[in-house]
Amino acid sequence: MGAIPPGGERKGRNTESMAAAISITGLASQEAARDVRRALTIAIGGLPVRFWVPDAALSAMLAERYAPFLHGDGPRSPEIDFEISLAPPGWLPGPAELEVRWDSGLWRMGRGDFRAEFDLAARRGRITLFPNPYAVDALLRIVHSLLLARSGGVLLHAASGIRNGRGVTFSGVSGAGKTTLARLAPPGVLLLTDEVSYLRRDGEGFRVYGTPFSGELGLRGQDVSAPLGALYLIEHGAVNRIVPLTQPGAVRRLLRNTLFFAQDTDLVSGVFATLCELIERVPVCRLEFAPDARVWELAA
Amino acid sequence: MNPLYIARSPAVAARRLGDEMVIMSAVDSTLYTLSDVGAVLWQAADGRTPLAEIVRRHVCREFAVDQETALRDAEEFVRALAERGILLVSGEPINSSAAAEPAARAATAGPREETP
Repeated sequence: MGAIPPGGERKGRNTESMAAAISITGLASQEAARDVRRALTIAIGGLPVRFWVPDAALSAMLAERYAPFLHGDGPRSPEIDFEISLAPPGWLPGPAELEVRWDSGLWRMGRGDFRAEFDLAARRGRITLFPNPYAVDALLRIVHSLLLARSGGVLLHAASGIRNGRGVTFSGVSGAGKTTLARLAPPGVLLLTDEVSYLRRDGEGFRVYGTPFSGELGLRGQDVSAPLGALYLIEHGAVNRIVPLTQPGAVRRLLRNTLFFAQDTDLVSGVFATLCELIERVPVCRLEFAPDARVWELAA
Repeated sequence: MNPLYIARSPAVAARRLGDEMVIMSAVDSTLYTLSDVGAVLWQAADGRTPLAEIVRRHVCREFAVDQETALRDAEEFVRALAERGILLVSGEPINSSAAAEPAARAATAGPREETP
């Protein structure tokens, strides 16, 4: 890996300590030793990921985009430290469609606007990108899908909200009505996301967290969470009604809506186990809805 | 006829949900639900017990079917699962390192394939 500071380094960072860290990697350079980078820690679902940003403008852009999820150095070490590099002139961009693969102990991925690689075990990674926040957004989704796969959670294509202290999640593929349901939310509902929901096992149940990942509504969630009271697999219908699902049927539908990018056997098995636990611990039903606000009274 | 041995593939995840055994291929995330007979065979697939013995001991006894018919159906079934990478099938006992650890429990029709 490149010039990445050790994950344990947190406070009192200075040029000297950074130079020492870099020399350990064998990639020291005069330019890097000047250390103009800024650290930004973005914690989603309580899992912090730290970025070392080389550019003030990009740093400000990321700070604004992820404002509710920015964390200072806290007691918890980042799950991963990412070194950001700006794409140099003539840089070969990644493939047009997102590609993710596991190769020689590293996760490698790329898209038209970034290339990244990271080592989950060593908690280090690096990303080269054009200076826009979307590359970081894509990377965060991939990283969190992998972190969650081994810690009892999933990222779902779903809108979520909190009503009366209880989380409710509406899951569906594109066009199923996530944004519509988010728009129909009555006063008193705290919307967590209209696009990607973050679910983690919590004791005997599950918890739903806000995410910065927004859909059509452009809604960027807040860093709040609640126990998940119900999960609905949504589809448009003539009337509002809840339809029971068999457990295998629920798992099959949830699999369709799960964001997961890896082919790793253990991690895929982890996602399957989590979805099975989810349907065993949380009511999961099909929700047909007509586009009117009364659906919230039925569902939450 | 040579004995046939069956073992669960390590590249799948399996779970009993309600009354159904659900199996997911970790390679391509395809989801399968097994019939009752399929579930019996799946759970007895330890790599060491010949298929004919599994059929005699579990299928014929639990599903009131004659040995010849049950064994023919079972062979067809396990070969179908093997083609999908869910079961390992061999003319020799299958080493445990190549197979998943035995599960708790698992019978006539083949798998009902569901593509997620």
